Amino acid sequence: MIPLIRTLEMTLLDTLELTPLIEALIFAADGPIKAERMAGALEIDQNEIMLAIEALREDYAEQPRGFFLQEVAGGYQLRTRPEYADYLRKLGHSRPFKFSRPALETLAIIAYRQPVTRAEIEYLRGVDSGSVLKTLLEKRLVRILGKKDVPGKPMIYGTTREFLELFGLPDLSSLPTLKEFSELLPGDENEVYTERLPLLVNDDIIEDDN
Amino acid sequence: MSNFDIQLENFEGPLDLLLHLIKKHEMDIYDIPMTAITEQYLAILDAMKTINLDVAGEFLLMAATLLHIKSKQLLPKIVEEDQEEEEDDPRAELVRRLLEYQKYKEVSQTLDSRPQLNREIFARVAPEPEVLEDTESGFVAVGLFDLLEALQEVFKESQEPHAHEVNLEQLSVTDRINAILSSLQGKESIAFVDLFSGGLKRNEMIVTFLALLELVKLRMVRFMQNTHHGTIWLFPAVALDEMDAQDSVDDTLDPNVGDDTFGYS
Repeated sequence: MIPLIRTLEMTLLDTLELTPLIEALIFAADGPIKAERMAGALEIDQNEIMLAIEALREDYAEQPRGFFLQEVAGGYQLRTRPEYADYLRKLGHSRPFKFSRPALETLAIIAYRQPVTRAEIEYLRGVDSGSVLKTLLEKRLVRILGKKDVPGKPMIYGTTREFLELFGLPDLSSLPTLKEFSELLPGDENEVYTERLPLLVNDDIIEDDN
Repeated sequence: MSNFDIQLENFEGPLDLLLHLIKKHEMDIYDIPMTAITEQYLAILDAMKTINLDVAGEFLLMAATLLHIKSKQLLPKIVEEDQEEEEDDPRAELVRRLLEYQKYKEVSQTLDSRPQLNREIFARVAPEPEVLEDTESGFVAVGLFDLLEALQEVFKESQEPHAHEVNLEQLSVTDRINAILSSLQGKESIAFVDLFSGGLKRNEMIVTFLALLELVKLRMVRFMQNTHHGTIWLFPAVALDEMDAQDSVDDTLDPNVGDDTFGYS
């Protein structure tokens, strides 16, 4: 009968007490932690967890915090604010992925078109995508979902949980909307990439200082 | 014409190059002047050849496609009133592909501009506990890529000199399966690398690997590891004591696989 008593105790917790408990669970998790997993561990209703998560989120937003609560890959994780990126990178403990343009394009196609075959990717891109696909598989951003039931039984590919974690996405439906173009975008494509250049320059400077 | 100020390595492929040319010369994508674009495109291909002879096949394929469309346009049109104009235009498919490509190109940049883990954002991750959510034992299933990586590691370790050998070795997958099963007997698990120890030759390693794959297919063993890139362990999927390993292998094994012998030279 112990579980029953525990359940009764837990339901007595109001949101105010539950919030720091949820904070502790998220803090100690080894990755994004799902609300249902927390609900299961505490034996309380998932709605209560959601209320606590909302309270935490507001807390962090109001106070000057270095981190925030992000919903990623179906779970919740404490993550540093992007504005501190430069300083955190100086610690240099983790290596970011450096995406080439082909890798990004291929990843985008797989993300939006999954399940997708290599031939479909290559038709869309107009170039051979085998080596890029291999890199994405090795980085665990893409996985083989199975085989397509057409002649030749080609492999079909989709994105992984790691992909969602990398781009801070709660799920696939939160991918940025795919714009329908009826005409060409103004400007040259090369300009778009200058946005990222300062970041790369900073990286170099940091390395020189060390 | 100042076509040659373009850095060729900036182009990912023929579609990318075409989009660039259309934008640069302010062409109407729905009414691409085929003569002009083909000329521009071929000029760049020529430039590519002078720099680097290896013009990728897909660039040449697109050149052929452009010329094909151009030649189609030269043919007199048979006017059929019920047919839609758009489908009649030989450029229609190319236009569709260009717009589709642009869509993904654009969105890949949007994706890249998002704050990225370990680039702009760093996550709080507690040290991995012993027990993971998938299994009670703390192990997660090993995927195909982990297995192949492990095999590559084993190959690297062995570093057999590349000598030409012509003696035919009679190695059967069935024999290897039985050997693996008997070495699993009475043990809880065996490390993947241990199966390849003892100075195995490359062909013996391959037969061992095939035997492992067959065992997994038969659901007689499972591969598990407790961290990504951690040691891969082989677990019996069923209690081996309870069955006669020899019999059940011969019964369940695909005859085509079981009877094969592998003689690599």
